[in-house]
Amino acid sequence: MALDKTEVEKIAHLARLHISESETHEVTTRITDILALIDQMQSVDTNAVEPLAHPLDLVQRLRADKITEEDQRDKLQQLAPASEDGLYLVPKVLD
Amino acid sequence: MINSTVAEISAALAAGDISSVEITQAYLDRIATLNGELNAFITVCEDSALLAAKAADEARANGLDSPLLGIPLAHKDIFCTKDILTTCGSRMLHNFVSPYNATVVERFNDAGTVLLGKTNMDEFAMGSSNETSFFGDVKNPWNTECVPGGSSGGSAAAVAADLCAMATGTDTGGSIRQPAAFCGVTGMKPSYGRVSRWGMIAFASSLDQAGPLAKSAEDAALMLNVMSGLDKKDSTSIDRPIEDFTASLNQPLKGIRIGIPKQHFAEGLSREVEQAVRDALTEYEKLGAIIKEVDLTNSHLSVSAYYVVAPAEASANLSRFDGVRYGYRCEDPVNLEDMYKRTRSEGFGEEVKRRIMIGTYALSAGFYDAYYRKAQKIRRLIKDDFDRAFTEVDVIIGPTSPHTAFKLGSKSDPVSMYLEDIYTIAVNLAGLPAASIPVGIANGLPMGMQIIGKYFDEAKILNVAHQFQQHTDWHKQKSTAITAASGES
Repeated sequence: MALDKTEVEKIAHLARLHISESETHEVTTRITDILALIDQMQSVDTNAVEPLAHPLDLVQRLRADKITEEDQRDKLQQLAPASEDGLYLVPKVLD
Repeated sequence: MINSTVAEISAALAAGDISSVEITQAYLDRIATLNGELNAFITVCEDSALLAAKAADEARANGLDSPLLGIPLAHKDIFCTKDILTTCGSRMLHNFVSPYNATVVERFNDAGTVLLGKTNMDEFAMGSSNETSFFGDVKNPWNTECVPGGSSGGSAAAVAADLCAMATGTDTGGSIRQPAAFCGVTGMKPSYGRVSRWGMIAFASSLDQAGPLAKSAEDAALMLNVMSGLDKKDSTSIDRPIEDFTASLNQPLKGIRIGIPKQHFAEGLSREVEQAVRDALTEYEKLGAIIKEVDLTNSHLSVSAYYVVAPAEASANLSRFDGVRYGYRCEDPVNLEDMYKRTRSEGFGEEVKRRIMIGTYALSAGFYDAYYRKAQKIRRLIKDDFDRAFTEVDVIIGPTSPHTAFKLGSKSDPVSMYLEDIYTIAVNLAGLPAASIPVGIANGLPMGMQIIGKYFDEAKILNVAHQFQQHTDWHKQKSTAITAASGES
């Protein structure tokens, strides 16, 4: 399935990526090529096939609802590009 | 000693013929000589390596002994290492110093290994040539004009060039096996769930698995002994009895049934690789194996299904990189959306962005059934093919890659790069274990043979690999180019 420029811009927005004007053509072509590769799977009839989400039949392990992690807030926030008073700083959301 | 196997170094350490400090220093010297050319390491931990080696020697003097005590290794830069830069090959994490260790790292530390450094890789493990790394291409030690394969290209090149005794890698669609084949080393992707994924930066969570890159099947078994086992921090880690993967290495192969998938010997396979694998099969027949053709009918659909499943999972996993809590943030964002978009567009490379886009599209409203659900159905068909084949055979053998390492920069089109993993991807979709071992040399470049096993039958794969290595010496071949360049004898 071939994509057009508007669709590529929409996908980029959903993924929170910025694609510049000069890149749009190339990105559109590449993604269209990849979708053509992917579409090869449409040639097989899978109506009666049960989807496989995961290679093993696993049961989710449960644990007691107890706090086991130690508080490392200060240490972890040192990694942030911007933080203050235990909070992560981002550009102003509301004026 | 640096070109020795882990088993040999371990014996020399135990006998007191060499100290961990001496062998560690020898690898550090070798890295200093060759890494400029190969670019296999992103980070070298010289000071902490020597401290760890000293600690290992002291522990041994105090009576401690374990197979990997004092053995120098390298970790792929996808594993979080406490207080050490962990980049995942990306600008997004170019400044990320991990606050904790991945379980795999923790287990090797507990075994007394010495961390030499972190190896280069395709960005977020997305690539088959190591060319998508933000930190530059890795060169193949056999021919520095060629790629080492990917995504664990730095680890494979480091093992091949004797920059370390062993290295870790990860494999989502072939990322251990294909570079192992291209660099002439032994690599294994264990069964899904065998090795904890905790602290291993996630690409496609239902496919990712960590494994060893080593100089022999025996070394891979020694590494797997340390790496594998239940980890409560990874909900997909499997609770199985502890195994010693070295225990059955010497089992005779008489009567073993080896399956040959006709689809892996079809159009697209180079003549040299086909011949090398067929010669290996003749060797196995001499050892008493029974060779039988098997049919993996849907294997031609594996690449298509993979390029839905892996990007879809990646698009979700990589949404965490938003410039808020760690890693790269763009300069002077005007608002929150601008910060997200520019951080991600500047922090991620082209291939990563492409896969996030594909995954986002496949999961977007109205397309789920046509793409993700369809791919999961194909995934079932592929698993069923293997299940059927394994009722008739014990292991499946074929080529790891259709050809030897290609030239750097020669595959600019993503689809042709994706088709590189044509023989390896189905194994990840099914969650099976598989290894690649050296099986020959053509035009100065090594070739690899893939051995696929049943679920949790790593021991059988390693047995089959080890027996081959007892009767051939392809795994001992070294690039003369590198040996000459470093002045080693």
